[in-house]
Amino acid sequence: MSLLISSPHAHGGDSIRANMLSVILALLPAAGVSVYLFGWLALFLMVLCMLGCMLSEWGCLKAMGRPLSSLGDGSAALTGLLLALTLPAAVPWWMALIGCVAAIVLAKQVYGGLGHNPFNPALAARVVLLISFPLHMTAWIVPMHAPMFAAVPPLNLYDFSQCWNLFWLGPEAIGKGLDAITMASPLGHVKTEWSRGVGAVEALRNYDYSYLDAFLGREAGSLGETSALALLLGGVYLLARHTISWHIPVSFIVTVYVLAALFNAVNPEHFAPPLFHVLAGGLMLGAFFMATDPVSSPVTPRGQIVFGIGCGLLTWSIRSFGGYPEGVMFSILLMNCAVPLIDHYLRPRVYGK
Amino acid sequence: MPGLFDRLTTLIGKGAAKGAASRVELKAMIGTAGFSGGVHPKQMKNTAGLPIVDSPLPPRLILPLKQHIGQVCTPIVEVGDRVLRGQKIGKSQGYVSAPVHAPTSGTVLAIEEHAVPHPSGMGRLCIIIEPDGKDEADENLPPISNYRAEDPGLIRERIRLSGIVGLGGAVFPTFIKLLRDHRHPVEMVILNGIECEPYLTCDHRVMLEHSAEIVRGLDVIMHAVEAQRGVIAIEDNKPDAIAAMQQALTEADLAHVEVRVLPTRYPQGSEKQLIQAVTGRQVPVGKLPLHIGVLCQNVGTTKAIHDAVCLGVPLTQRVVTISGDAVPEPANICVRIGTPIPFVLAQCGLEDLNGVRLIHGGPMMGERLPRMNVPLVKSTNGLLAMRQETLYSENAVEEPCIRCGHCVTVCPVGLVPNELAWHCRHDQFDRGQEYDLFDCIECGCCSYVCPSHIPLVHYFRYAKGQVAKIEKERAFAELSKARSEARDNRLAHEQAERAARRSKVRKQQAASAVVKAKAEDGADKPAEKKPTQAAKDMKAKDMKAKDMEKPA
Repeated sequence: MSLLISSPHAHGGDSIRANMLSVILALLPAAGVSVYLFGWLALFLMVLCMLGCMLSEWGCLKAMGRPLSSLGDGSAALTGLLLALTLPAAVPWWMALIGCVAAIVLAKQVYGGLGHNPFNPALAARVVLLISFPLHMTAWIVPMHAPMFAAVPPLNLYDFSQCWNLFWLGPEAIGKGLDAITMASPLGHVKTEWSRGVGAVEALRNYDYSYLDAFLGREAGSLGETSALALLLGGVYLLARHTISWHIPVSFIVTVYVLAALFNAVNPEHFAPPLFHVLAGGLMLGAFFMATDPVSSPVTPRGQIVFGIGCGLLTWSIRSFGGYPEGVMFSILLMNCAVPLIDHYLRPRVYGK
Repeated sequence: MPGLFDRLTTLIGKGAAKGAASRVELKAMIGTAGFSGGVHPKQMKNTAGLPIVDSPLPPRLILPLKQHIGQVCTPIVEVGDRVLRGQKIGKSQGYVSAPVHAPTSGTVLAIEEHAVPHPSGMGRLCIIIEPDGKDEADENLPPISNYRAEDPGLIRERIRLSGIVGLGGAVFPTFIKLLRDHRHPVEMVILNGIECEPYLTCDHRVMLEHSAEIVRGLDVIMHAVEAQRGVIAIEDNKPDAIAAMQQALTEADLAHVEVRVLPTRYPQGSEKQLIQAVTGRQVPVGKLPLHIGVLCQNVGTTKAIHDAVCLGVPLTQRVVTISGDAVPEPANICVRIGTPIPFVLAQCGLEDLNGVRLIHGGPMMGERLPRMNVPLVKSTNGLLAMRQETLYSENAVEEPCIRCGHCVTVCPVGLVPNELAWHCRHDQFDRGQEYDLFDCIECGCCSYVCPSHIPLVHYFRYAKGQVAKIEKERAFAELSKARSEARDNRLAHEQAERAARRSKVRKQQAASAVVKAKAEDGADKPAEKKPTQAAKDMKAKDMKAKDMEKPA
């Protein structure tokens, strides 16, 4: 009990826990789609990451002598789920665990714990993994129900024992090479084709790309990023519940769309069309769930719009000109650096001033 | 079982808050008139349907000599004196002040320090009266029934003499607000019938039961400030009050006065927010509503103005809402000012005050009273008795800020409360002032929505207090420095003066010695008188010089 006796003496009933749980709830459609596409692998990975993050959090709290009760606020579990959703289904278990430790220890607790991390922990951890294990982090397992491999995917992901062995022991244990069971993501494919001098439109044609499949999520990619529909559902729930505001996702997605449309209009052969950009990769996941992470995003409405525009600008630039096929993660982390500055200069207008 | 019930109520409350928040958001998006931000706390106005009841006379009345913003009054009665109802017993001191009147007839028992409603539990000089039960009135203030024919200055003087202060809770002496300034004529008088605080229903009931008096009071105010337009602002959660006021307006047939219905939102009753909601204009920082031609008065104050002017009755009673989850029979009670709180609570069925927390005012801005035996004063619009275990402010556990920005969304002033609190908590008061600390109106919206249960307003109050203290200390240090410098200068000056005088005397003595030596050859006697004469002259000269210096 605190000795505080200051007004207000009433409260709206909101809590950190409720906020975190609502985001986890909003991620369930995307998680469901990932299980549909990647079977047991998705489930293993999500459970492992959530447990790994909570364990890391517990260890940190214990080591720092902080109350363990804050483990119950759900933030570590959420970080774990988010991290899992950004990983390819084929990452080995130990890699996922390294990601968990990086997310909680390196990106969160060393800065002082919940509320003090300048970067989104899940994305920071993903960067650690991407840079350390580039091969595994860009090997996208062929999903079930992907139309381009319509009939038989190389691996039955609904087979528990096969997935169990693949997950804990690696592809060798099931007698298949990593190359045999993985494919390129649409973004990766476009990037590779560019390096061969093939334009985006041509590349998408030879990839057998379809907007509908991208919208529904029937394509290769990280666990949770494939289905724009599932992510939109969760995003709308968060907007309706006021866990997030519209400013960041809308300005982020609109910026990417407008930029892509402009350049696509100028050079339609080389630059990918705007709808492709919006549906591809981690944009939806990033815009609704990563960039809106309250701790590492601006608090003022105007700041949030600037933040979203910056993310969109960087995302499109990295995708179009950068060395990596996907730029959502880097753009959000880069904009995270600018948050203190944005918050300082874009404050709301004070009454009567 | 109570746990389950609590959970249910929180769930329901959450649903309400959600719906409320979406309305705010929509408003902000389409940018209609009205202030930005705000919240929709649970109404809890379960006393809205209960008519105002009169409180019996208590065995003692405790009248603090300062119940207003400004200087404390001086008592003008002695212990043992008999006083009458409405008799002035405390005389206002200075300009910003309001006199205190005896609420009933009786004997002055004591004039001493007594605990008053204040969050610090401090005591103040109070006049304690023992009522004699006769309730005899002092009739030295005749009613001014035809106020329209009187000089506005006279009306204002009557309001001043009647001890009327803002009854919405701010208790600023009303007559000062009614002063006319020819550079800033009042165009519009806004009556504040918003009552946006949860639980409180006293203004609501006054509007229902005294609508004619309020309309007449508004006419008095409009005459006093020579305003042309009047607006009675009421939130849409009080449809019966809206109807009653409209009815009273029709009956009174006042031109250019209207009832304005505003969508319910806290803190709409705050003066500046209300002005924006009604006129669409903001009061510039550092200015008064008067500077944009607006005057705001609470409806309860307006009724008191009516009573003072039209009936000749000074402010000695007011309507108070007694509510809270510890009160078995909540009520709207018309009490004499000075009635002790336990006496009033007993009327509402609350005798045992163990484990009960008292809040003076509403739950959003009210102050918790550390002492129970204090009187109800002019500023008491509500008194909430809450169970200790359900009082949020006592049970909240602060968690780290997750920068969700909800506080920024709901702040009606446009502050960034999370940043501001950060600076205040770390005693970075310069940065706090950069983040507009002193524009905070302490409405409590930020703390209300905070998912981390951070007592933001508490930090702002702390910082304001610290800044005031630092300013005071600095002013004192500067004064001391100036004083000590002045003293050094004076001493140096005096020393120089003395030195100059001494050297002058020496020179003259030397000169006279020479004269003396020369004269020794001649007659002795006349020569001896000469230096005395010279010394006398010099003394006179010195005196003159000193006199001339004095005015400097």
